[in-house]
Amino acid sequence: MKKFILIAALSLTLAACDEPQSKARAVYLLLDTSGTYTREMDKAQSIINYLLATLDSGDSIAIARIDSGSFSEKDIIARMTFDDRPSTSNQQKRQFKAQIDTFVDGLRGGSRHTDITGGMLQASEYLRETGAGEKYVLIFSDLEEDLQKGHIRDFPISLPDIHVVALNVTKLRSDNIDPRDYMERLDLWKRRVDEAGGSWGVINDLERMDHLIAQR
Amino acid sequence: MFNEILTIWSDQAGLSAAIWLFILVFVAYLARNPAHSLILSTGHAIHAACRLFARSLRHLETSLQRRNREVVLALGEDACERAIEREFHRVNAVVTRDLSAYPALHRQISDTIDRIEEDYQAASDVPPLPPEWLQAVDSIASIPRSGDATVCSILDNIGSTLENAHRETEKAYRKTTLGRHKLLGAMQPQWRKLGHSLARVKETIDGLDERSLEIDRQMAAYEAIRNNDDTITRTLSSSSLTQFFISSLVLVIAVFGGLINFQLIAMPMSEMVGGTSYIGPMRTSDIAALVIIMVEIAMGLFLLESLRITHLFPVIGSMDDSMRKRMIVITFSILAILATVEASLAYMRDLLALDREALTQSLAGNVIVAEAEFRWIPSLGQMIMGFILPFALAFVAIPLESFIHSLRTVIGIVALALIHSLAFLARLLGGSARQASRMLVSMYDLLIMLPLGIERLISGSIKSKQRIGDSDDAVEYLMEEKS
Repeated sequence: MKKFILIAALSLTLAACDEPQSKARAVYLLLDTSGTYTREMDKAQSIINYLLATLDSGDSIAIARIDSGSFSEKDIIARMTFDDRPSTSNQQKRQFKAQIDTFVDGLRGGSRHTDITGGMLQASEYLRETGAGEKYVLIFSDLEEDLQKGHIRDFPISLPDIHVVALNVTKLRSDNIDPRDYMERLDLWKRRVDEAGGSWGVINDLERMDHLIAQR
Repeated sequence: MFNEILTIWSDQAGLSAAIWLFILVFVAYLARNPAHSLILSTGHAIHAACRLFARSLRHLETSLQRRNREVVLALGEDACERAIEREFHRVNAVVTRDLSAYPALHRQISDTIDRIEEDYQAASDVPPLPPEWLQAVDSIASIPRSGDATVCSILDNIGSTLENAHRETEKAYRKTTLGRHKLLGAMQPQWRKLGHSLARVKETIDGLDERSLEIDRQMAAYEAIRNNDDTITRTLSSSSLTQFFISSLVLVIAVFGGLINFQLIAMPMSEMVGGTSYIGPMRTSDIAALVIIMVEIAMGLFLLESLRITHLFPVIGSMDDSMRKRMIVITFSILAILATVEASLAYMRDLLALDREALTQSLAGNVIVAEAEFRWIPSLGQMIMGFILPFALAFVAIPLESFIHSLRTVIGIVALALIHSLAFLARLLGGSARQASRMLVSMYDLLIMLPLGIERLISGSIKSKQRIGDSDDAVEYLMEEKS
C-alpha cells in the first residue's frame, strides 16, 4: 500500500513538472527576390510591419530571401527573438525594421533561379529550433519553382505543425493563357505541405491579413 | 421482433392482437388478487417512505430553524453589545472631556455669583439724607422780610447757603448713582459668562441624556434578545438580509475596482517579471499583479482589524494595545509602499502604451505627431488611481465582514426554504403514490371488466339460486310446523 501511494505521488509530481506547451509564436517569412518580385518589395515591407506589430515579447521572427539556393543560413536577412520586457521588445522591433529597410534599399537585381523548397527546409529548421508553440512559414512568391541544374529538391519534406501561408501569389503570364497552371501550382504546394504534416493557406489580398496570426 | 410476436397466432394482425388481448385479459383476471395487493402495497410503501422522509425533514427543519434563531440572536447580541460598549465609550469620553472640568467650572460659577452679589450690594440705592439743621435753616430762611436790609441780607445768605447745600447733595447723589451704574454695567459680562457656563453644562447634560436614551434603547433590544423574543428575531433576520444585499452590492463594486486596478498594473508588471513565462494557463505577470492586489486587500483586512473596526480575526482583536499599534503602523506602511509601487506601475503603463503607439505609427508609415499638450493629464490620472485604489480596496474588509456574518443567516434561510419545499414534495409524492395505487387498481379492474362481469353474473345467479333454495326450505319448514 505504501509503495502504491509513493508511486502515485511520484507520478503526480512528474506530471506536474511536465514542460508546458510554449505559447510563443515564430514566423519565418520567405521573400522571393527573383525576376519581377523585386518590384513587389513595398508589399513585403508592409507584411513585415504587420508581423512586427502583431508579434509580442518572446515571439521570434526571421526574414529570408528565396534565391538560386535557399537552403543556406546566408539567405536569412534578419532574425530576432523578442525580449521578455515589452520596452526592450519595442526597441528590437525598431532595429529589425531598420535592418529590413536597409536590405530593401540595397536590393538591385533578382536571382536567376527560385529555390522555394530549400527555403522551406531552412524555415522548418529555424522554427523547430525556436521551440515556439505556434509556427508559421509565410511565402511571398508566385510559387513557381525554378531550380538550378544539379539541385535535388524532389523528396518529401517535413513541416510538422507548421502553418504555411502563401502570400500575394501573382499570376504569371502563362497562367492567364491557361489558369489551370496556377491551380495546379497551388495544388502541388498544398499536397506537399499536407504530406509534410503542416497546414496550407493562401492570402492574395493583403488587406485580409488581420487573422493571419492568432492574436493573444 | 415485435411484429413476429404480434403475428404468432395468426397472419392477420388484428386477429392475432385480439388473441393476445384475450390472453392478457385472462391472465390479468387470474392474477387479479395478487396484482391488487402488489399495487396497493407498493403505493402504501412509497407513501410510508415519503411520510418518513418528510417527517425527518421536518425534524431537520425544526433544528435548522433553532440554529438559525440562535445564529441571528448571537449576531444581534454581539451587535447590541458592541453598540452598548460604544455608547459607554462615548459617555466616558463626554465625562472625561467635559465633566472632568466641572469642579473648576463650578468654582468659576461660584466666584462669578459672589462677584455679582458683591456688585449688587455695592450698587444698592441709598438716597442721601439732608443735614438735620437744614429744616431749621429753612424755617429761618422762610421768615418774611420785614424790610431791614441787614436781616434781609442775612436771610438771603442763609437762603443761598441752603441752595448750595441742596446742589452739593444733588451732585453727590448723581456721582454715587453714576458709580452704581458703572457697577451694574460691569456686572453684565459676569452674567453673560455665567449664562455661557450654564449653557455649556446644559449641552453636556443634554448629550449625556441622549446617550442614556440610546443606551436604554440598546439595553431594551439586548433584553429582548436575551428573552428570545420573536419580534426581535424577525427584525434581526430582515436586518441580516438587508446587510447581505448591501454588502454584496459593495463587494461587486469592489470587484470592479479590483479589475480596474489589475488592468492598471498587469501590463507594466511584465517589465518586472517578464511577459513570456506562464504558470498554468495564466501569465506570470498577470499572477504577480493579482498577488499585489490580494496582498493589498489582506493588508487592508489586517489594518481594519488592528483598528478594531472589523472583528474577523479574534487573535488580532485580543492583542495588547502596543502590539496592535505596531501592527497598524506595519500594515499601513506596507499598504502605502504597495500603493506607491502601483502608482509607479501605472505611470510605466502609460509610458509603455505611448512607446507601443509610437512604434505602431512608425510601422504603419505614419508621421509621428508631436506630443499632445495635455498628455500629462491621463498620466497623472492613472498615477492617482494607482495610488488611491489600494486604499479603497483596503476598506473592502468592512462589507466583507458584513457579508460573511449575514451569509450565515441567508444560507440558513435558503436551506430552511429548501428543506421545507423538499418536505412538501415528499408529502405530495407520498399522497400521490397512494392515490395512484388506488387508481391503478381501478384501472386494472377496468381492463378485466369482461371476465369480472361474467364472474359477477355467475355469482349472482348462484346466489339467487341459493336464495330460492333457502326460501323453499323455509316454506317446507313452515308447512311442517303447521302440519
